[in-house]
Amino acid sequence: MAIIEIHQQQGKDLEEIAEVCPFDAITIIEDSLVITEACKMCKVCIKQYPEIFSLEEETSRSVLTDRYKGIAVIAEHHEGDLHPVTLELIGKARELGAPLGYRISVLIIGYEVGTLAEELLEYGVDTVVLYDHKALKDMLIEPYTNIIEEFIEEYRPSTVLVGGTSIGRSLAPRAAARVHTGLTADCTVLTMQPNGDLDQIRPAFGGNIMAHIRTPNHRPQFATVRCKIFDSPKKVEVKTGQIITKRPTVQQLKSRIEISSIHIKKKITSIEDAEILVAAGRAIRTPADMALIEKFAEAIGGMVAGTRPLIESGLIDPRRQIGLSGRTVKPKVIITCGISGSVQFVAGMKGSELIYAINTDPEASIFGLAHYRLVGDLYEIIPQCISQLQRGL
Amino acid sequence: MNILVCIKQVPGTTEVNIDEETGVLLRNGVPSKMNPYDLYALECSLRLKKHYGGSVAVISMGPPQAEAIIKEAYMMGVDEGYLLTDMAFAGSDVYATAYALAQAIKTLPDVDCIICGMMTTDGDTAQVGPEIAEHLNIPHASYIKEIHEVHSDHIEVTMDMDKYAAEMKIKFPALLTVTSTIGTPRLPSYILGKKTEDKIVNRITLKDLNDQDPDHYGITGSPTQVIDIFPPDHTQISTTWEGTSKEIASNLADDLIHRKIVMR
Ligand SMILES: Cc1cc2nc3c(=O)[nH]c(=O)nc-3n(C[C@H](O)[C@H](O)[C@H](O)COP(=O)(O)OP(=O)(O)OC[C@H]3O[C@@H](n4cnc5c(N)ncnc54)[C@H](O)[C@@H]3O)c2cc1C
Ligand SMILES: Nc1ncnc2c1ncn2[C@@H]1O[C@H](COP(=O)(O)O)[C@@H](O)[C@H]1O
Repeated sequence: MAIIEIHQQQGKDLEEIAEVCPFDAITIIEDSLVITEACKMCKVCIKQYPEIFSLEEETSRSVLTDRYKGIAVIAEHHEGDLHPVTLELIGKARELGAPLGYRISVLIIGYEVGTLAEELLEYGVDTVVLYDHKALKDMLIEPYTNIIEEFIEEYRPSTVLVGGTSIGRSLAPRAAARVHTGLTADCTVLTMQPNGDLDQIRPAFGGNIMAHIRTPNHRPQFATVRCKIFDSPKKVEVKTGQIITKRPTVQQLKSRIEISSIHIKKKITSIEDAEILVAAGRAIRTPADMALIEKFAEAIGGMVAGTRPLIESGLIDPRRQIGLSGRTVKPKVIITCGISGSVQFVAGMKGSELIYAINTDPEASIFGLAHYRLVGDLYEIIPQCISQLQRGL
Repeated sequence: MNILVCIKQVPGTTEVNIDEETGVLLRNGVPSKMNPYDLYALECSLRLKKHYGGSVAVISMGPPQAEAIIKEAYMMGVDEGYLLTDMAFAGSDVYATAYALAQAIKTLPDVDCIICGMMTTDGDTAQVGPEIAEHLNIPHASYIKEIHEVHSDHIEVTMDMDKYAAEMKIKFPALLTVTSTIGTPRLPSYILGKKTEDKIVNRITLKDLNDQDPDHYGITGSPTQVIDIFPPDHTQISTTWEGTSKEIASNLADDLIHRKIVMR
């Protein structure tokens, strides 16, 4: 593959020369012409100004990979806390980058987030680039994209990782398109070749197919990454990284979107929306039994639901009934406690991603469906599980 | 208000299999259909038209058969339909798809608002919308769950993020992607179907676009390359934990931590 070389000229109107590019791929940086990633090799510039632009039959690949090094993570935070996915990405970035000697940088954008920038250093980040401005308090797509663009131009990371959150999945495509590169959405596996090529694996067709994707001839390689796939890194003993504070320009802050108000979401109140459910069945007979289930749900951050008999006995609110005559749920995790697994109940929860079933009866039909069959007495298993979880904290 | 909805034809089911030998997708002869999330985009647009007047057009990029979903859109009450189809677009990734759609949109009459589905059921990337907006240099907002009011130069909406909802005003022209809370889609009407039986679907090909360089589209215009597709690891977890309740309890606790269901 070929690249376009620039022979810098003195005393010419650089603006006019840059104008020749139909893709706006020629910019002027510190009084010299620079060809950006937007270049589509249309060669119009060579035709117009053969004395300035020439074709070099070198592989653009090596030039590209030489120019782009390191891994960047775009940080996400909410109400003064870093999003867990940001830490997961830093951990992954460090693991991917170590064999190549890559530096890890994190871009954090927000208002009064200096302490979060400090916190990022504790996870072994080399450079934290901080844009702190009142106008950047909430995610505004245009200013945020402008800043990511500037960050990429300045730091030229080979790979950019973004959390697969709703913010990440709105921002990453905009930024990737801005710098004319590819983006792989919702990756679940990432590995890196010795030459810096990122192997990205993601589910498609609702998880029925896995696709292995690479971005061989473009940099940076952009990926959004599913939450809770990778481990958070341990904090480092000594912080060695540094924070670079940047100032957004008025131009960068321009937005055609104005946020009128922000409503922080309350806790989820319907079992259909819950990611984790603890479902109680007829093995639960008294309010005291119920208290154990509630305590367990709290310990694992889940919501309580139940079978019809528990609704009928008044132990559980009718809106929390799972099944044919109740609600259909598809949580990431459901733990059924003392539930036999009648067809009517199963009809409402068979789409659950991961099913743990606790039942004393090894023949209980719920075990035909469960991924993990816990054969035993819930009144013994659950309290011990709760105390184990709490001991670890 | 003039609206353009981006719609895509997807396989009728996501229950696809892969031929283990050849790595080819087996679609089991299931007919194609309109991406279900795009039905919400259509419904939302048709309601806006009813309330504020104007027109609703649709555009789809795909093979000639994708005409079927444009006909279906006519049966729901859409005024105009465009099919962007050319061999040059085959094998496009998100970037190349969005670039081609943006190029095509530039040749159409001006619209105030482009509305996309939240995602597709085959690609499931949710990225095409934002990338179209970037190529057109217009603002976008993803995951819109409610539209409040339309003014002459802006629209008031609520955006649904994981942890918060934002009410915002977006200047026209703008691009929105909408969620399924925006309104239950209407069914195609038999009567409208009869009326629009002969209504033409406008074809757009490479030679209608401003940028006609075939290298900017399809596989060559796509920065990402699919190296391989393979079936997910379907080795279903199926484990029985027996023994003392203490052992079972610690298996459970360890597994919950290992899977990050419980964070520590
Ligand atoms: C038309 C119709 C609609 C229905 N709709 C619904 C519906 O929407 N939802 C619904 O849930 N039901 C519905 N039902 C009722 C359904 O048929 C079952 O009766 C009900 O689901 C059983 O609930 P269960 O599993 O909690 O109780 P049971 O079937 O009594 O099961 C209790 C289980 O707990 C186990 N157990 C007991 N003690 C312990 C212990 N200490 N530790 C561990 N395990 C223990 C037992 O081995 C047993 O398997 C419907 C029925 C009809 C006819
Ligand atoms: N080929 C296409 N033609 C028209 N619109 C599309 C196409 N692909 C994606 N879209 C639009 O972009 C949205 C998101 O698609 P995706 O990024 O594939 O999940 C869809 O709901 C459509 O509105």
